[in-house]
Amino acid sequence: MNCGHISEDDLQAYVDGLLNARRVSEVEAWLAEHAEQRARVDGYRRDRAALRAALDPVAHEPIPSELDIHRIVSARSRFQWRSAMQIAAALLLAVGGGSAGWLLRGAMEPPKAGIASLAREASQNYVVYAPDRNRPVELGADARQMLISWGSERLARPIGIPDLAKAGFAFLGGRLVATPHGPAVLAMYTGREGTRLAIMVRDMEIDQNAPMAERSEDGIGAVTWARQGVGYSLVGPQSAASLHPIADIARAQID
Amino acid sequence: MRDMVLVLEPLVPGLRRFARALVHDASNADDLVQDCLERAVSRWHQRNPDGSAKAWLFAILVNLTRDRLRRAGRRGPHVPVDDLPPGALVAPPTQEQALSAQDVLGAIDLLSDDQRAVMLLVSVEDLSYAEAAAALGVPIGTVMSRLARGRDRLRRMLDGEAIAVPKLRRVK
Repeated sequence: MNCGHISEDDLQAYVDGLLNARRVSEVEAWLAEHAEQRARVDGYRRDRAALRAALDPVAHEPIPSELDIHRIVSARSRFQWRSAMQIAAALLLAVGGGSAGWLLRGAMEPPKAGIASLAREASQNYVVYAPDRNRPVELGADARQMLISWGSERLARPIGIPDLAKAGFAFLGGRLVATPHGPAVLAMYTGREGTRLAIMVRDMEIDQNAPMAERSEDGIGAVTWARQGVGYSLVGPQSAASLHPIADIARAQID
Repeated sequence: MRDMVLVLEPLVPGLRRFARALVHDASNADDLVQDCLERAVSRWHQRNPDGSAKAWLFAILVNLTRDRLRRAGRRGPHVPVDDLPPGALVAPPTQEQALSAQDVLGAIDLLSDDQRAVMLLVSVEDLSYAEAAAALGVPIGTVMSRLARGRDRLRRMLDGEAIAVPKLRRVK
């Protein structure tokens, strides 16, 4: 049979509406002269429409919660967090078992709660994020309000982000970070010489109100305090004593 | 993370529809879609960011469905449609009568797995031929020939008689 320049693929694409307008008119002109093929193609089109109509109601059913993509994503991050904690616990056991008497040396144990723990978490996060060249913050300075609402939502209380301009440090942005005590906001600041400071804010279960405490370790200083259940820790690459006046500026804005 | 949600969420209704057409039982079908979405979320970073996310999702679902049907011991032996007497499957509709949903779903069930998958991806889920080829892991030419054969068989089943119109030559 002489099919001219129209192929079976053209007819299939015509049925599926995948031809461009010019090709459609060519196919239609050809079909007008080939009644049997016209009938076949029309039959395909009817079947296609009937199949779509028969299955279409499924796509309009309400989505069950097991298929809610937000739920799947958050279930997965909870799972990952749990796994990470299990690995961390296993490592701790391995280290503890290997060094006899470690658990007895209570004085050497890292602080587990209160503002001492917050100071440690802030220093650890500072060491990770402050030197990061590419992405020290997740939300930039222009998204300050977004960071405040994000943090307030996750900490379930209104939080403030202090302005350290008076001390010569510009707000760089911030991010949400994880701590053993739940989410915390890490706000980052940068000085004229590129020195970075960070303030970490999180809920306090212990030490709900605490005066400023200084702590320095491995060249990172921290000044930490708590007020009405919210803890703050200012950290930077300098002695805690030299950070103290900057911490005072921050605290004055929060009080 | 937000990108992922934005891409995946609108695809869920189509994934459900496709799974339902293949395995029929609604809760089994939704189980497959759930598996598919969990895999997509956990392997999101492994996909080709330049490729079609839709084709990638359907590829995951096609593979999961194949595994599930294989384990379930299938739905009984496949009967080649050519072996059936004309009109054995459905009553031939009169010219004016629209095809009923049962007729068309019953007929699509009798296609081969390969033909059914192509028909559903292209005719119902609106995948392009290239996306369908990617989802099924076959060349586009294979998609086209399965589509042509599937449509022809479906037509004959729904007509209740073989239509003896010569097919055009496929151009590779």
